[in-house]
Amino acid sequence: MCLAIPGRVDEILIEDDLRIGRVNFGGVLKRVCLDYVPEIQVGDYAVVHVGFAISILDAETAEKTLEIFRQMGALDEELATEEEAFRRAAQAPQSACPDGSCSVDAESGASPAPTTDAAR
Amino acid sequence: MKYLTEFRNGEIAQRMAAEIRSVTTRPWKIMEVCGGQTHSIIKNGIDQMLPSGPEASVEMVHGPGCPVCVTPLELIDKALAIASQPGVIFCSFGDMLRVPGTDADLFQIKGRGGDVRVVYSPLDAVELAQKNPDRQVVFFGVGFETTAPANAMSVHLAKRRGLKNFSLLVSHVLVPPAIDAILSAPGNQIDGFLAAGHVCSVMGYWEYPPLAEKFGKPIVVTGFEPLDLLDGIRRTVLQLEQGRHEVENAYERMVTFDGNRPAQKLLSEVFEVCDRAWRGIGVIPQSGWRLNAEYRDFDAEHRFQITGIHTEESPLCKAGDVLRGVLKPAQCPAFGKECSPRHPLGATMVSSEGACAAYYNYGRFISTEELAQAGKS
Repeated sequence: MCLAIPGRVDEILIEDDLRIGRVNFGGVLKRVCLDYVPEIQVGDYAVVHVGFAISILDAETAEKTLEIFRQMGALDEELATEEEAFRRAAQAPQSACPDGSCSVDAESGASPAPTTDAAR
Repeated sequence: MKYLTEFRNGEIAQRMAAEIRSVTTRPWKIMEVCGGQTHSIIKNGIDQMLPSGPEASVEMVHGPGCPVCVTPLELIDKALAIASQPGVIFCSFGDMLRVPGTDADLFQIKGRGGDVRVVYSPLDAVELAQKNPDRQVVFFGVGFETTAPANAMSVHLAKRRGLKNFSLLVSHVLVPPAIDAILSAPGNQIDGFLAAGHVCSVMGYWEYPPLAEKFGKPIVVTGFEPLDLLDGIRRTVLQLEQGRHEVENAYERMVTFDGNRPAQKLLSEVFEVCDRAWRGIGVIPQSGWRLNAEYRDFDAEHRFQITGIHTEESPLCKAGDVLRGVLKPAQCPAFGKECSPRHPLGATMVSSEGACAAYYNYGRFISTEELAQAGKS
């Protein structure tokens, strides 16, 4: 829930009364509100939580963090579309992992469910 | 999983773990507050890299920092009641879809014809309200300080744009009062805290020095990546062994002392501090935010006036003891039996960020202590 992910600001637009950035998270583009980081410019890396930039990160650190989060599987969950979120909910009775890794582990059999549960 | 093997076998991780082992002379209990950190610690087996001898040990205790888990059942039931109403578009983040209320969850409400939407950002919900003037759009605003600026901006915008059909069902919780409550509880055993990195990227860490001073406990601002966690634990243990109790920032690349001032300014304009009930724990004084009088019209609880909610928690559930760090998940008699992610009895099994669910999903069916005992006998 509280994971914030760095992405590169590719473009800045003024939409109504808001400063909106088109932010690139390793290829996934999202609209992000930039009002909490008024100094941010195109090309900067924003740390983004639920569509809001909350801080600025240097490019090297941002790319490294993005890569680690990608390897942890954290990007899929944070950047999921509505369709993906509902598909996941349909499959998983439990709310999804913050990094989406539970379902992967369950499929690979790395996390055996106890028989009491499987029997239900 | 290659990445995780690389982490555990990596030179830096091994060096940090070795340093922790070499400096530890006593049993220490360190609490990570954040559910994302709990998940990362259990998934990466970080707790199993720490010393576990009878005289010198570092035990990780999992705190109440999963917002999905601590959202009161009553509020979940209110969300379900509002989402079931005709003419309502109910918006939420994806992780609330499967949180069970007393009779159903949001996913099931959608199946029964409720208009439940998952949004990436609260701003999407505001836009839905603008595009659907004949519908009431409600956003389920749950979370800690990290998520609060987004929710604050959504109501601020709705007010600025004169939207009469947008409201927020809000249950914000705050980290510092939770730390205060845990340390004030009789029989507390926690020696030090890892403060949640992204909470602090919004709030800074200026709220923590008075807590470290009041209770004489070190607090280390810590990130989510495995190496960040190990470093946060290492710094906490070093402080404990040296008899220090300072606030330290082990997440400098993301967190400053001040935090995000523009966000804090809007938070103070939109929210006011209130007592808040934490599922599994009970009411913690001054531990949450609600919309202040200026924004009361945008409060979904005020707008919809839902009454007649009767919630019932399972008597088997020991989530309160787990959230306070008194009990490890696998020590609960119901763990993995009556209670599992498919049939969660309480808060900490509800979300995968909860300590019980993390233990279950990563196969921790017995405690590390029991594992150690089994190895000896």
